Amino acid sequence: MISDTAIWTVILLLGLGTYLIRFSFLGLFGGKTLPPWALRHLKYIGVAVFPAIVTPLLLWPAATGGTTDPARLVAAAAAFLVGMRLSVAWALVAGMGTLYLMHYLIG
Amino acid sequence: MTARTAFWRGFRDGAPFTVIVVPFALLFGVVARDAGLDVLQTMSMSVLVIAGASQFTALALLQDQAPVYVALLASLAVNLRMAMYSAALVPHVGKARLGVRALLAYLMVDQVFAVAIGAYERSPEMTVPAKVAYYLGCMTLITPLWYASTLIGALVGKAIPASLSLDFALPVCFIALLAPLLRSAPQIAAAVVSVICAILFAGVPWSLGLVIAALAGVIAGAQTELWQERRAGRAE
Repeated sequence: MISDTAIWTVILLLGLGTYLIRFSFLGLFGGKTLPPWALRHLKYIGVAVFPAIVTPLLLWPAATGGTTDPARLVAAAAAFLVGMRLSVAWALVAGMGTLYLMHYLIG
Repeated sequence: MTARTAFWRGFRDGAPFTVIVVPFALLFGVVARDAGLDVLQTMSMSVLVIAGASQFTALALLQDQAPVYVALLASLAVNLRMAMYSAALVPHVGKARLGVRALLAYLMVDQVFAVAIGAYERSPEMTVPAKVAYYLGCMTLITPLWYASTLIGALVGKAIPASLSLDFALPVCFIALLAPLLRSAPQIAAAVVSVICAILFAGVPWSLGLVIAALAGVIAGAQTELWQERRAGRAE
């Protein structure tokens, strides 16, 4: 269970921090631009952070008490393939649908 | 182009994104309640942050018992890309009033940024008020639908049975966000290095393995890009 203090701290500071990031160049730093090295690294934040979050959630899910669940791995692969070809929404449908199918088949 | 036509053009160009926004926000509402947030906390997060990926990041880490500062660090890192958007918008709307720019900053989301920048570059004759109107037009449907869908998700969330394995919606969400991003060698290198480090450093306390994996991934991406540039330079 997450404590109320932890939740509110994250909500308020994430809200404030995100706003400051959005307002940075539009309002705080005037007309300045980002140096090339910063741009080069910023581009890869998404592709680096998402796998770091997903990997432990996939390999050791809390719902199974931390043991690897083959059904979840197959479903994750399905979501990934559909996400590459179609859209975010279809990837969600494919991932959850495959998990239900696998659980139905394996039982 | 008058501000009025620009607004309606933005409205029309932003409309297709409701197809992504509605399920994403519904899911956030459901997953947040599942993680133990109440309706007020869920709504506060969606209204104050309006950045789905970082909200899911914060939830995933808090639920995983990560310390508050790690949850904050990771979710803010996810949003750092918006500093790029902010810088890219300056040549177009930097001359608007401060209050207007403050509003545009609050409404900055990936899809609208991409659509607006595209429109500004295609129509350089647009005036600053027209550009602002276009941007606001884009967000006119998306913002209220984001709030409303989060609320619906939060209200029905508790009624969804555990047999539906909704905990899995969280990793699937990240996979859905990640898959379309993997288009070039540096992006793939960043993701692969991040996965390997996430496994290697899974045992590091205070969830710092996540921070290490993310940093290693970012550096791997940037270095691969540099290496590609050098190689291309030599080939010429």
